[in-house]
Amino acid sequence: MMIEFSAFALVLALCLSFAQFGLSGLGRWKRSLTLIGAGEGAALGAFVAVAVAFAGLMHAFIVSDFSVMNVAANSHTEKPLLYKIAGTWGSHEGSMLLWCLALTGFGAAIAGLGRDLPRGLKALVVMTQGILGSVFLAYTVFASNPFLRLTEIPVEGRSLNPLLQDPALAIHPPFLYAGYVGLSVVFSFAVAALIEGRVDAAWARWVRPWTLAAWSLLTIGIMLGAFWAYYELGWGGWWFWDPVENASFMPWLVASALLHSAIVTEKRAALPGWTVFLALAAFTFSMLGAFLVRSGVLTSVHAFAVDPKRGVLLLAILGLTAGSGFALFAWRAPRLAPGGLFAPISRESALVLNNILLAAATVTVLLGTLYPLIREAMTGDAISVGPPYFNLTFLPLMGALLILLPAGPLLAWKRGDAIGVGQRLMLAAGISMACGVLALILISPRKGIASAGLAVAAWLITGTLSELVTRVRLFRGSVAESWRRILAAPMGSWGMTLAHLGLGIFVLGACFETGWKVEAAETLALGQQLRVGAYELTLNKVETVEGANFDADRASLTAVRSGRVVCTPQPERRFYPAGRQTTSEVAICTIGLSHLYVVMGERRGTADAGVWLVRAYWNPLALLIFIGPLIMALGGLVSLSDRRLRLAAGRRAGAAK
Amino acid sequence: MSGWLPRSPKARRRLMLLAAIAPILAVAVGLTLWGLSDSISFFYTPSQAAAANPPPGRSVQLGGLVSVGSVRKYSDGRVEFTVRDQKASDLVRYQGDLPDLFREGQGIVATGSFAKDGHFEARQVLAKHDERYMPKEITKALKAQGEWRGDGAVAAYDRAGPTQ
Repeated sequence: MMIEFSAFALVLALCLSFAQFGLSGLGRWKRSLTLIGAGEGAALGAFVAVAVAFAGLMHAFIVSDFSVMNVAANSHTEKPLLYKIAGTWGSHEGSMLLWCLALTGFGAAIAGLGRDLPRGLKALVVMTQGILGSVFLAYTVFASNPFLRLTEIPVEGRSLNPLLQDPALAIHPPFLYAGYVGLSVVFSFAVAALIEGRVDAAWARWVRPWTLAAWSLLTIGIMLGAFWAYYELGWGGWWFWDPVENASFMPWLVASALLHSAIVTEKRAALPGWTVFLALAAFTFSMLGAFLVRSGVLTSVHAFAVDPKRGVLLLAILGLTAGSGFALFAWRAPRLAPGGLFAPISRESALVLNNILLAAATVTVLLGTLYPLIREAMTGDAISVGPPYFNLTFLPLMGALLILLPAGPLLAWKRGDAIGVGQRLMLAAGISMACGVLALILISPRKGIASAGLAVAAWLITGTLSELVTRVRLFRGSVAESWRRILAAPMGSWGMTLAHLGLGIFVLGACFETGWKVEAAETLALGQQLRVGAYELTLNKVETVEGANFDADRASLTAVRSGRVVCTPQPERRFYPAGRQTTSEVAICTIGLSHLYVVMGERRGTADAGVWLVRAYWNPLALLIFIGPLIMALGGLVSLSDRRLRLAAGRRAGAAK
Repeated sequence: MSGWLPRSPKARRRLMLLAAIAPILAVAVGLTLWGLSDSISFFYTPSQAAAANPPPGRSVQLGGLVSVGSVRKYSDGRVEFTVRDQKASDLVRYQGDLPDLFREGQGIVATGSFAKDGHFEARQVLAKHDERYMPKEITKALKAQGEWRGDGAVAAYDRAGPTQ
């Protein structure tokens, strides 16, 4: 009964979304506050209805109602509760429902929170959000309904893929989807601005918090995904330039560009067309990601819930929504008034350069991701584009961006002082060069590129700190003055400092981990040893243990460094009877900021004399790879709390009306 | 301002923007073309590899079904198995841990290169996360050879196929 009610709620949500579109659009056209208000009500209603449907599905997963096809295919009675809940969004149908929940949620948030928005603009944003909601809800109801019943009820479910039964992956989709779909708000704002024919500073100020929120959530989502790949796949790596990873990375790159261009539009009313273009592109890349992940057109190691037939439908949705958005852009953008002028050396120019580099990097990632498709369509050859391509194209562009980054925030608006900025960054440049040279001399084995990367990381960190020191006039004025400046600094600038520091910390970790990782693999009998870096691992025992829904072989090892036991890793090899799958559970010892990463492989050798394949990695400073993005996301949230974004937006709105 | 720059500030800004975009675009395009001609790897099934005959040492991907009964695991960590399609097969050598989903009769993709003596030296062996899933290239190649019998037919195929 509950399932039928949920299915009804989903259809109701579709109708309400459609009403949201119709009422808001009509209200804007007729300039009727009643109709606009009704449209906002419909937006709230649609969200509540999807939330009810989502709760119904989650309930079916929790109580293991196998009469629901989706639950039978993705759940199992013996699964731990967390993974029963996570199973709700573990399948194609469920993940689309989560997507719709986020989409209607953001629509409701604009309707409820955007009190300071001009009524006309707000109605158009709610209307566009309604169109998106209708399209995706229609897809969910008609092509991907999670509430279909089975006529013959199975006794047991087929269980969720054991690789997905993991805490990081349980919360990874909600973050990622909130980020992906958060960009839909920006898309709707862009469409609304194009219809209204006006992009001004106030508009950019409303767009920025939504972009910041979506970008922060996306950063956390991608980081969780990388973290999951790092410790669950057991390959010792965290980023493989796999199509599915790229699919989540491209919206992030575009959103990063948008964050920066929106600042220019907000502060100087310049680049309005470009900012709107990026706003449209960001959500287009989100939809492209949804399509790539689900359609199976690209071979990926992470592909899940693949269904080519429905993939075509998703492609149609992508073409329709993005196509209309960009057509509207082509039609209306020439009317947007061009903004203020600026000199070649200025904050504006630095941000433009940032955007050019980010856009170029996005395009290289896009080409590399889609090239196998293009090539196959043209010549019929099956090829794959792997890390060498991305290292060759993406890294130089990003390298240039990172080298320019510290100068940007130090430049003044309109006309900057290149020499002055150079002087302020002298110390940072000296320190980072020294770091690079020291790394080249001191760390063995000698790695040129990794040392250069290290210098770039040091440059980012010291350069960002130099800007902070300049801003608060530390060492120049009195301590009291610096303190006053620290307290008075807007949250937005703290957010920027944090985000740039986080990026530097990430680059530091990534360079160390890729450059100086040590790998060792050997088959060990009980009592034998394996050496990895400075550590000696001894295999002490292998025992069979029983988990909630799996049986495991658990190895106990001791890691010894210069005669002292540092840690006792216990990697497992698990067998899940429900899906007849084996997974390996990596043991990670965190030593300082570095990881000793141990994987237990297959049992080899004869029945009585067992030997086990043991692989171990020494991943120096690997923790920074995951801490860096967290700091970046924190920076985004700190910026979001800036009073200017809320108060001034309201004041401007008052003035504009 | 120097004389050769355009007079109107708008045109001057456009020129400036172009001057910034052009080199970055050129570098991006150049790197992309270079990367796409140089660091892509081709996918072959064993019979396609026999026809294309990639030079030894060139990085390629070899995909196909793992022949039943062909997997030999040695206690020093080496593995040997045969990957085949309907018409040909290749011996694959691999040092290390096989993916959790590696099974006889299942489709896999190995990345590596052919050695001079014709066997395939794998650097990485991939089987998919999902046990119901077959790599797209393999299903396609099998379909082209008229050997595809729909989802879940892989095991039947392996029993019915010629013995090695």
